[in-house]
Amino acid sequence: MAPRFESVQSVRDGLKAVNYLADDGIAGVAFLADRLGKPILVEGPAGTGKTQLAKSIAEMTGARLIRLQCYEGLDESKALYEWNYKKQLLRIQADKNSDSWSDVHDDIFGDEFLLTRPLLEAITAEEPVVLLIDEVDRVEVETEALLLEILSEYQVSIPELGTITAKQIPLVFLTSNNTRELSEALKRRCLFLHVDYPQMDREKEIVLTKVEGITEMLADQVARIVRSIRQLDLKKSPSVSETLDWARTLVLLGINNIDAEQAKETLHILLKYQSDIAKAAKELSVD
Amino acid sequence: MLDLLSGFIIELRNAGLPVSLTENLDAMHAISHIPLEDREAFKYALGATLVKNNAHWRSFETVFEVYFSLRGPEYKIIDGEAGEGSLDDFMQQLQNMSQQGEGSGGAGGMDALTPEELMNILMNALLNGDQALMRALAKQAVQRFAGMEPGRPVGGTYYLYRTLRNLDLDGMMDKLMDATKQQVGGELTGLEERLERDEYNHRIEQFKQEVEAEIRRKLVADRGAEAMAKTLRKPLPEDVEFMHASRDEMQNLKKALQPLTRKLAAKLARKRRHGRKGPLDFRNTVRHSLAYGGVPAEPKFKYPRPAKPELIVVADISGSVAAFARFTLMLVYALSNQFSKVRAFVFIDGIDEVTDYFKKTEDISEAIHRINTEADVIWVDGHSDYGHAFEVFWDKFGKEVNPKSTVMFLGDARNNYHASQAWVIKEVKQKARKVFWLNPEPRSYWNTGDSIVSEYGTHTDGVFEVRNLRQLEAFVEHLV
Ligand SMILES: Nc1ncnc2c1ncn2[C@@H]1O[C@H](COP(=O)(O)OP(=O)(O)O)[C@@H](O)[C@H]1O
Ligand SMILES: [Mg+2]
Repeated sequence: MAPRFESVQSVRDGLKAVNYLADDGIAGVAFLADRLGKPILVEGPAGTGKTQLAKSIAEMTGARLIRLQCYEGLDESKALYEWNYKKQLLRIQADKNSDSWSDVHDDIFGDEFLLTRPLLEAITAEEPVVLLIDEVDRVEVETEALLLEILSEYQVSIPELGTITAKQIPLVFLTSNNTRELSEALKRRCLFLHVDYPQMDREKEIVLTKVEGITEMLADQVARIVRSIRQLDLKKSPSVSETLDWARTLVLLGINNIDAEQAKETLHILLKYQSDIAKAAKELSVD
Repeated sequence: MLDLLSGFIIELRNAGLPVSLTENLDAMHAISHIPLEDREAFKYALGATLVKNNAHWRSFETVFEVYFSLRGPEYKIIDGEAGEGSLDDFMQQLQNMSQQGEGSGGAGGMDALTPEELMNILMNALLNGDQALMRALAKQAVQRFAGMEPGRPVGGTYYLYRTLRNLDLDGMMDKLMDATKQQVGGELTGLEERLERDEYNHRIEQFKQEVEAEIRRKLVADRGAEAMAKTLRKPLPEDVEFMHASRDEMQNLKKALQPLTRKLAAKLARKRRHGRKGPLDFRNTVRHSLAYGGVPAEPKFKYPRPAKPELIVVADISGSVAAFARFTLMLVYALSNQFSKVRAFVFIDGIDEVTDYFKKTEDISEAIHRINTEADVIWVDGHSDYGHAFEVFWDKFGKEVNPKSTVMFLGDARNNYHASQAWVIKEVKQKARKVFWLNPEPRSYWNTGDSIVSEYGTHTDGVFEVRNLRQLEAFVEHLV
């Protein structure tokens, strides 16, 4: 299969064209993942653009995004495939007297009764896809093993149907908010990308790109203030999404040059804990 | 290139990073796809194959610097007069500056500048955030001030210190702020001033890193990468000993604490919820069966919810074990949702309850700060007296230990040869659910000198060696 990306620079530019601002790390690892045919495990604090990265790569390459949202209790039947139990029951009941059991059996384990879930969908896809396995740290270790199996072989075996092998190696992103240690085996299989809060310049770019009607000057101020706040010892640092929310609010309020008073009145959009708000207000001498 | 890579990976392993065979192979493939010239992308690509834990990134970066810093066009070393590329740029810049009437009197170059002129140029570079100029100045500063001689067995920090001492970067901040005020023609508001300061701090920090990098490059050129990497080797954050952490390491430890607590909290919550599947929930199953025409197709189970334990922490906060107590308290309170109740006591030779400090604020660091400054832990002379502290604890709070309590004693049990009063621990054990002792000293030091940890330990459910974050994490998991 031809590589998806020309160069690291082309990843950076392509992402920028779809409004995602990547740094050297993000662009470099995405490029490499394609060349090596390996999944990327993207880890970092919430709201730093991990999910968006997969979406934007899909958009930039014109691939279909298939998303598996993980949660506690996610299992094979929701991740991979499931037999449509209800439909099968009804079919069996309807045919109680007429067909032989083996006929019914063949029938109810056919495509018609198969519910395809995201992993199977990604493997059977004919067109280019990006598979996003979002917040993988939420699943149990057993489910992780299932993921690992699929990400190693890019194939699935369904007892009733046989083995299904991928027609193409999809670009796979797994994201993690790092609420638990993932297994060594899974980490070994993946390229690892830690996405942290962006440097000030990049955050300013993100604000400029994403917030309609914002001026260069305001974006600059926003990014600077956020940087200063992140240096404090807080319960929870503002994420990029919170920066964006804050910037949008300021624009709505018609503010073009933040003063101390305005900053203080809007800090609650940036920070979630009362003690953090108090600390930031004091530190920025806006009390 | 492959030789270089294998040396690099050996050094990573020496530094404690767990690099597997697969990862080694991946790294080999990786470097065939990304040119070394795109240095940052190259670094991250290599990192993506080799570093699977963000806490190890700094160690990786250090080794990377040492092994790959001599490569890449913009990183050529200036040896006396041999210089090109970035140096040319720099000379160009310098000329531009003197044309603007700010720099030296001519094209005499770097070496001809007086120290005052050099400082002026540095100030302008910092004022404008001019990266290229900052880098060139860092090189010049090292050449001028570090006094590096080939073959001298001196560490990089020494040269760094010598270089920075001559630059007076602290005084620089005031000058930068004055210049900024002049530029805007008046006073700055408090907010503006703070933001400007943060910006200049950031630039000064960048400049320092340039200086450090330059010194490192010269040392590598002199001594070779392998020897250099060896002198720079530092323990990973999770292996740093609480009792001997430097200030810098403390900072890193603190940073490592937050993700750790999140991880632990999630793990503990999960453990409690999914301890085991309970009995069939009949009512719920029937309710769901309605969807299947009365067939109980989806059996539902009850989940038992075991009670959360009550935690009592009794911590020695004297001298060398203070950092350990601080960390453990921080961790415990960050996890306080996992316990039905947490009470904290601190002592040296007197003992004081500090539970309220944590109740009054959401900010754990503030509570810890109050412990250090306000807690009443001195009875006679402020030398550890476990015996007295325990006696008082038993008198005042003993009645509150109950079958739901888990009690943790923290300390090295170095009792200055006072009476041990170990009977207190025995009494506590009789009333409590569990009693543990956490000792930050290496096991081989236990019961030597005035340490009487076993005297206390025999009455507990276990004494644990907790020298670093890794061991603390393991203990907390064991606890719940
Ligand atoms: N580098 C970036 N470029 C553009 N937008 C970004 C970037 N990083 C984060 N964002 C924006 O921040 C928000 C949060 O991103 P998201 O991907 O949901 O975070 P995460 O998955 O890491 O929790 C989204 O609105 C996203 O568009
Ligand atoms: Mg997300």
